[in-house]
Amino acid sequence: MIEQLPVLLVVLPIVGGSIPLVASLVSDRAGWPVATLTLVGQAGLAGLLAWTVSASGTVSYAVGGFAAPYGIELVVDGLSGAVALLVAVVSLGVLAYARQAGPHSNAFYGLYLLLVAGLTGMTVTGDVFNLYVFLEITGLAAYGLVASGRDASAAVAALKYLIIGTVGASLYLLGVGYLLAATGTLNMADLASKLGEMAAYDSTLVLTAFGLMIGGLTVKVALFPLHTWQPDAYANAPDTVSAFISALVSTVSAYALARLLFSVFTVEFLAAVPVARWALVGLACVSIIAGSALAVSQDSVQRMLAYSSVSQFGLVIAGFAIATPLAVVGATVHLLGHAVMKGGLFAATGVIERKTGATTVNGYAGMGSRVPLSAFSFAVLSLAMVGVPPAVGFVGKWYIVLGAVNAENWPVVAVLLASTLLTLAYFARLVERLYFAEATIHSEETPAEAPVTDGSGQAVSFGMIAVVVVAAALAVALTAAVPAFEQVLRDTLLPILNQ
Amino acid sequence: MFELLNSHYNYFAVMLLLGIGLYMLIESQNLVKKVIGMNIFQTGIFLFFITLAFRAGGNPPIIKEGGGPYVSPLPHVLILTAIVVGVSLTAVALALIIRIYTEYGTLDEDKLKQLYYD
Repeated sequence: MIEQLPVLLVVLPIVGGSIPLVASLVSDRAGWPVATLTLVGQAGLAGLLAWTVSASGTVSYAVGGFAAPYGIELVVDGLSGAVALLVAVVSLGVLAYARQAGPHSNAFYGLYLLLVAGLTGMTVTGDVFNLYVFLEITGLAAYGLVASGRDASAAVAALKYLIIGTVGASLYLLGVGYLLAATGTLNMADLASKLGEMAAYDSTLVLTAFGLMIGGLTVKVALFPLHTWQPDAYANAPDTVSAFISALVSTVSAYALARLLFSVFTVEFLAAVPVARWALVGLACVSIIAGSALAVSQDSVQRMLAYSSVSQFGLVIAGFAIATPLAVVGATVHLLGHAVMKGGLFAATGVIERKTGATTVNGYAGMGSRVPLSAFSFAVLSLAMVGVPPAVGFVGKWYIVLGAVNAENWPVVAVLLASTLLTLAYFARLVERLYFAEATIHSEETPAEAPVTDGSGQAVSFGMIAVVVVAAALAVALTAAVPAFEQVLRDTLLPILNQ
Repeated sequence: MFELLNSHYNYFAVMLLLGIGLYMLIESQNLVKKVIGMNIFQTGIFLFFITLAFRAGGNPPIIKEGGGPYVSPLPHVLILTAIVVGVSLTAVALALIIRIYTEYGTLDEDKLKQLYYD
């Protein structure tokens, strides 16, 4: 049973995702219950798997019974177990939000579960071509979800996302071709052992493969010059979808990037080819600064949050690229913490917009007293994102900075510290407006200010607020879980990082 | 130079297809042509993989037929999957373009931008 868990985690949402489409023959509203049942099962299985992995080490499964280097292998270790659990839990949580916020069509929930399947597949796979397939499944489902908004601008955003995302995934595929030419294998573990032997780390072939694969994935992660699809997609999608994809899609892509870096190219490659490490660190640092600068200059809150993701993922990738155990633990903690915080923030913007019609930074003025609970959660999540100590955002950033200091990478340390200030710059502005500014939108204007745009009604359910509050509580409470998690991660990472 | 062209013409074709595809994707104002460019770009990658599988004097990889050396069957299988992915992407892209056309009444990127930001 345990060794079948990785493949069950992928099969369950695919099967569950096909049910709502068939159920359309009977009922238009069957999607939500089916998705909930499926994801409760998914969360249970992911929890069981994560627990097994933390207790007794890596679980692997040969798909179709074809043994590892030839067949497709699914591998779950401490790192992928944690990400798979995050995917299951966050997607279940967002469902509580979707119950009221919609969209309500059965097809939407089919796509939703397909996206969960794609994300989980990316997490558990141990094969670089299989990763490409799941990357595209994730992409296709995400394009469909972004376009599910009633507004036509959602279709424009989705097309932009599709074109840029496809180029990114295609570049990744081209890189897989170069690796195949260099080594003749696609299995990650096999690649790691063959790369140094069969093709020198600094050969043109391997360097090109590295550039194409990492470059392709940074499109999906949305690092600075390649982020252009992301603000439109997040801002124009329905609120449920914004919360869902902002929490998970880039996160899992960043995980895949880390997996490639450590389990395919390995730290020896980074040591042998310093220019590859510097290129990645440089890209990450540019992303941190540019993302923050763009976030400060935004008027729309959702676009500001989107640019904030560009900056925060720069931080995560910088942590991975430094590649000391401390920095990688920090990057992973920040990766998972960011998913909870950013998902919660997008959910909060949805609630605040529905209740008050406020969507811009100026519109948020004085909302602290109008929507106390959501505004408070928003403020807590914002401060957690900045990295105020008891919150999980602090722990991640602290470890990344410590890792950079240990690696004596001073320019990076400077950028990391500056990034915290820049994050404060755009979040403090909002928190200040929420509590200390005169309201610009008055309650009697609300009906006129908030036209029904996505046809899902303006009512806010208990579930929607609960999601926001739980995310805020988790952003603080997860800090308590970090020491235990760090132990599991170290058991996984130390062999990978050869320390 | 000519010798290289003669022995590696497939790779030149790959680079040409990748270049043409990417250029169309970026430069064309028409959304449908952008999608065509995306397809050409992907076709370049498919050709790259298939070229990888080639081996001089190789037989089809069916054990009965005359014996080795065989061409590598693996890239063919991979590309079969990638073609399916490409077709799905094209279908989704065209569906989105139809929706955009019914809403905005144009396929031109510049005009769409004006309408989009209004």
